[in-house]
Amino acid sequence: MIRQIEPERRPRWAALPIAAGMVGLAAVILWDAAGLKQDGGYAGVGPADVPRLIAWGLILLAAMVVVAGLRGDLPTPPRQAPAPVLWILGGLGLQLALLHSAGFILASGLLFGFTARGLGRKPLWLTVLVGIGLTFVIYGVFDRLLKLNLPGGPIERFIFGG
Amino acid sequence: MDSFALLLQGLSVAFDPMILLYALVGVTLGTAVGVLPGIGPALTVALLLPVTYGLDPAGSLIMFAGIYYGGMYGGSTTSILLNTPGESASIVTAIEGNKMARAGRAGPALATAAVGSFIAGLIATLLLAFLAPQVVKLALTLGPREYFALMVLAFVTVSATFGESALRGLTSLFIGLALACVGIDGLTGAARMTFGVPQLMDGIETTTLAVALFALGEAFAVAGLATPPDTLHAVKGRVSMSREDWSRSWKAWLRGTFIGFPIGSMPAGGADVASFLSYAAERKMAKRPEEFGHGAIEGVAGPEAANNAAAAGTLVPLLTLGLPTTATAAIMLAGFQQFGLQPGPLLFLTNAELVWGLIASLLIANVMLVVLNLPLIGLWIRLLSIPRPWLYAGILVFATLGTIGVNPSPVELGMLILFGFMGYGMRLYGFPVAPVVVGLILGPMAEQQLRRALAIAQGDWSTLVSTPVAAGLLAVSFLFLVGPILLRLIGRGRVLQELAGDSD
Repeated sequence: MIRQIEPERRPRWAALPIAAGMVGLAAVILWDAAGLKQDGGYAGVGPADVPRLIAWGLILLAAMVVVAGLRGDLPTPPRQAPAPVLWILGGLGLQLALLHSAGFILASGLLFGFTARGLGRKPLWLTVLVGIGLTFVIYGVFDRLLKLNLPGGPIERFIFGG
Repeated sequence: MDSFALLLQGLSVAFDPMILLYALVGVTLGTAVGVLPGIGPALTVALLLPVTYGLDPAGSLIMFAGIYYGGMYGGSTTSILLNTPGESASIVTAIEGNKMARAGRAGPALATAAVGSFIAGLIATLLLAFLAPQVVKLALTLGPREYFALMVLAFVTVSATFGESALRGLTSLFIGLALACVGIDGLTGAARMTFGVPQLMDGIETTTLAVALFALGEAFAVAGLATPPDTLHAVKGRVSMSREDWSRSWKAWLRGTFIGFPIGSMPAGGADVASFLSYAAERKMAKRPEEFGHGAIEGVAGPEAANNAAAAGTLVPLLTLGLPTTATAAIMLAGFQQFGLQPGPLLFLTNAELVWGLIASLLIANVMLVVLNLPLIGLWIRLLSIPRPWLYAGILVFATLGTIGVNPSPVELGMLILFGFMGYGMRLYGFPVAPVVVGLILGPMAEQQLRRALAIAQGDWSTLVSTPVAAGLLAVSFLFLVGPILLRLIGRGRVLQELAGDSD
């Protein structure tokens, strides 16, 4: 995608949560590094030192992101439609939750159906049905032919015999 | 043995019928996936990685090579016909190529891109074969401090030198470096950032991160768009070139090749830089510069050749030094590592047959592609007309399939979703995603080299600049870091901004 930077200079408040996330990540690294045994050996640089360096780098960059954001030096994203994004997230969440109980075919078929529905294809039952058809073929090719060992559920056991 | 004999030996490996079949499957799959809108070679390779899991190392790496070259080919078709370049290196192709397609000259544009890619791929792969053994000899003389300096250079060029903003590039790199800390420290065995979760001991998988950032991030971004993008341009006429098209193209192909290969083979940015430089060169040298911007065939021929030559060039540091300089190369490295193969000078000694078989397969894949693509282009174009809901639904299923196939743990899938959403956010605010992937894979390597160098010197930091090679590389890195910032300050940053990379 080709992005265009808007010429107008107005503070971009999005810089604040971005910087907060970076500082949060840095804080987790520093907290974790504090619990590591300092074991520098001959190098004088132990397992905790490089993470510390990265964390301080992140904090410095976060400060610069805030400055850049306040000066308006951050691209403005195009207007976002939240509903499709939530459909996809829901599909991914369902797949994660159902994968081991319902098996690959059903869980991934639901992901397919939810994504297609999110991008505007209706009705949901049809997209899910198409998805299950596709994931059935994928399971056959990858699990049986290419020996990829995908998680099975009732459908897989019934059709492919475990 | 000299390169020529080794290459011949490699060809004898590659002409095995089974290997030929793997290469054919690879280029077909690579083109088919690469042609899909929004999918660049990095994502093509990441998505198709699971297909190769069941094969032996030789077969799967060769299929991989085919996928890589096929993905590059497919990307140019998309950018010419759809103006949604799947990879940053194809953005330039889209400038002139899409104009040609609008003017009803899609056929010659596709043809010059295909033939140009073929010629560039052929020359660049041969150059790779002859250059690689020399670099290997050189690489054997390098110690930890030189490797560390090389990696610093790669970090800087990938994140800060090119692109819209050094700040955002560096931020992405540091996020990658931070994620790289997760897992067991390679030198002491200390568990870092694992929080008692056993699945995190192995660290974050490169393929999980790459698929999440590229595939999921892109799917979210496409879904979130309020207005759908450009429509497809039908191909009118045959995919062939007139005598005039040939005579205008061939010099551009050669120039593009010799611009692209050196840039790709240095740890100094990937194919996107090469294709932009080639475009600039063609515009300068054109007999009819007024055609540029309205569909000049040189503007398709040169950058496409440069793009493919650079792609072959990036294999030089990857194979000889184990140093990935693009996101695609980083994923290829992950592919090597899954078979316990560590690219680097030793690979040429311990697995010479495999390396040369791989290089020979690249030559064969290249021939297959041009044979496959010119007649089959109509079929690939039909793939482009898959409606977006089905297309992205399929992409998501395949994206999760890779993770589920390797490690079906909820932790791994959770990370995939988390990083996918992070990729979406990064896309929205113009943070490049490629430096994250490169940081993740190069970070631990750079750390180990640094600590090894310091251990050899008993903790004396001046050892890092004590050899001319190491000091020179670090000086160049510093220039590449500070130079662009100064250029932007004095208002000359437009050139760099034009070199902005998005996917690899």
